[in-house]
Amino acid sequence: MIEIKDLHKSYKMGSNSLHVLKGINFTAEEGELVAIMGSSGSGKSTLLNILGMLDEADSGEYNLDGVPIKNLSETKAAKYRNKFLGFVFQSFNLINYKSAMENVALPLYYQKVGRKEREEKAIKYLEQVGLKEWAHHLPNELSGGQKQRVAIARAMAAEPKVLLADEPTGALDSKTSYEVMDLIQNINDQGNTILVVTHEEDIAHMCKRIIHLRDGVIVEDKKIKQVRASSYVQ
Amino acid sequence: MFNRDRWKEILEVLTSNWFRTLLTAFGVFWGILILIILLAAGKGLENGIKADFGDIATNTMFIWTRRTTKAYEGLPKDRDFSFKIEDRALLENNFPELRFISPRNQLGGFRGGSNVIRGIKTGAYNIYGDYPEIINQDPMQITSGRFINHNDIQDKRKIAIIGEGVVSDLYDAGEEVVGTYIKISGVNFLVVGTYKKRNNDGDGEEGQKQIFVPFTAFSQAFNRADNVGWMAITAKDGTSITSLKESIVGALKEKHKVHPEDQRAIGYFDLYEQYNRVESLFGAMRFIAYFVGVLVLLSGIIGVSNIMLIVVKERTKEIGIRRALGEKPWSIRLQILMESIFLTLISGMCGISFGALFIYGVNALLDANGPVDMFLNPSVSMGVVVGSLTILVVSGLLAGFIPAQSAIKVRPIDALRTE
Repeated sequence: MIEIKDLHKSYKMGSNSLHVLKGINFTAEEGELVAIMGSSGSGKSTLLNILGMLDEADSGEYNLDGVPIKNLSETKAAKYRNKFLGFVFQSFNLINYKSAMENVALPLYYQKVGRKEREEKAIKYLEQVGLKEWAHHLPNELSGGQKQRVAIARAMAAEPKVLLADEPTGALDSKTSYEVMDLIQNINDQGNTILVVTHEEDIAHMCKRIIHLRDGVIVEDKKIKQVRASSYVQ
Repeated sequence: MFNRDRWKEILEVLTSNWFRTLLTAFGVFWGILILIILLAAGKGLENGIKADFGDIATNTMFIWTRRTTKAYEGLPKDRDFSFKIEDRALLENNFPELRFISPRNQLGGFRGGSNVIRGIKTGAYNIYGDYPEIINQDPMQITSGRFINHNDIQDKRKIAIIGEGVVSDLYDAGEEVVGTYIKISGVNFLVVGTYKKRNNDGDGEEGQKQIFVPFTAFSQAFNRADNVGWMAITAKDGTSITSLKESIVGALKEKHKVHPEDQRAIGYFDLYEQYNRVESLFGAMRFIAYFVGVLVLLSGIIGVSNIMLIVVKERTKEIGIRRALGEKPWSIRLQILMESIFLTLISGMCGISFGALFIYGVNALLDANGPVDMFLNPSVSMGVVVGSLTILVVSGLLAGFIPAQSAIKVRPIDALRTE
């Protein structure tokens, strides 16, 4: 599903440049649930941004579902993001003057799905994350965990090939963290490919595979036995 | 482009900070209001001045004779001479571009003594000997009877057309005027018609106190032989009298054996040139109105642009989210542009409506308090309104352009990083 070869990325900071990714090689199959771990500055967010087409690599290859991602125009990048990817952010990034349902329906709007169908689908996904009754509430009327679940519903609404989660539990307490991870695991169980960036060991162990990044290179890549989050959730 | 969601969003953004939106809108409102009022005031002045020209055909010159100042062809200087009735035919034959040539003679005039008697009433009036064409050059409304016709000229009929002012002097109220006789300088004339002139300036009253008689009858009755006092000459539409006047004067000089370089011998007044001078003055005034109005509007537009920049800045993160979710750059640009145009257009239309209301009020006030000198019916044409709306759309586009560019220049990753 995801295939990267020898990915390099450096940022220019004034006169000196900062080499963030120093040759990353990695493949993820369909249906995988991968945790990307590392201390801050290890390059994990940069990697995720490149995977999410929000940023572009200096060199190397990136194939997403067989489509080479290279030299995209902004318009094309927007189209691919919409079609291939769903984003979940640490700070939720909901649009605060739109209701939960409108937030979830947004990616569908960009796909030019009709209003009615859009709303039906949004309700369906909100139901999946257990927030159907909250559909018409604004984000600031929701708790952190609820916001993140709305964000996950929004990421799923466009039926993307890959779900990218950047510290999805970073702003949540451990109980809600586990609830969100439970949701992510359920989505993964349905066959979706998910990448989770995290620095929390317990969250990483709820994935099926852990990749450790340090100073821009992969130092460890191992399959693990998944810990079900539902065992923590009452 | 015109779907419900986009409009909903525009309204959401603009109503999220009412006070700011209103302040911004006021800049544009004020600009367009000033533009409209300036243009209307200019138009009012223009209407006022043009009304002073009355109905007189403006493509007209008046020409008369004076004393020669140069000896020529054996004739001495300081010679008196006069246009002759055959000059009319001369001009007619040589200048096909001319529409009307009216030789005129006059009796009485400024501070003249009483020259008209009817029964026991007398009065002092201007008496003109005229051709029928004069009614086209110095228009008047025939209120009863008829004006001079060619048979009157042919038969030298002693008839007269008198003004409403003369009627009120010499006749009792309700008296039948047409068919009565008046005595002009001792000669009886049959009144065949009355007229009224539409003229707005000061001598409006004097305009109603004139008497018109056939040119030929005038010459015979008052011993003018074939002399002509002066001529009113109107050119056809499409030819300006200004371009013809040199050659007309030249032809008349030749006919009357006047030195070609004698500048004094023939006097003339070019109404068309005067009118054009006034016209170009109003052209300049319109230009100034547009100039000032557009400049004031410009500061309003800059206000809109400024606010849109702030709005974009505030929404940087939101724009980043949208782009991460797959919104295309042109769609974001369109959104910003539409917000800007919408704001400009709405506030501009308020300005136009308010301006129209203001003009309406001024007109009502003018109507109520009677006419004011040199100011009449201030108004703006539909063309100006359409023009202002075009200016508004264009300026809305301009105001939104820079903010829209800055909105799509932000890379989604940077936008999302802003916490």
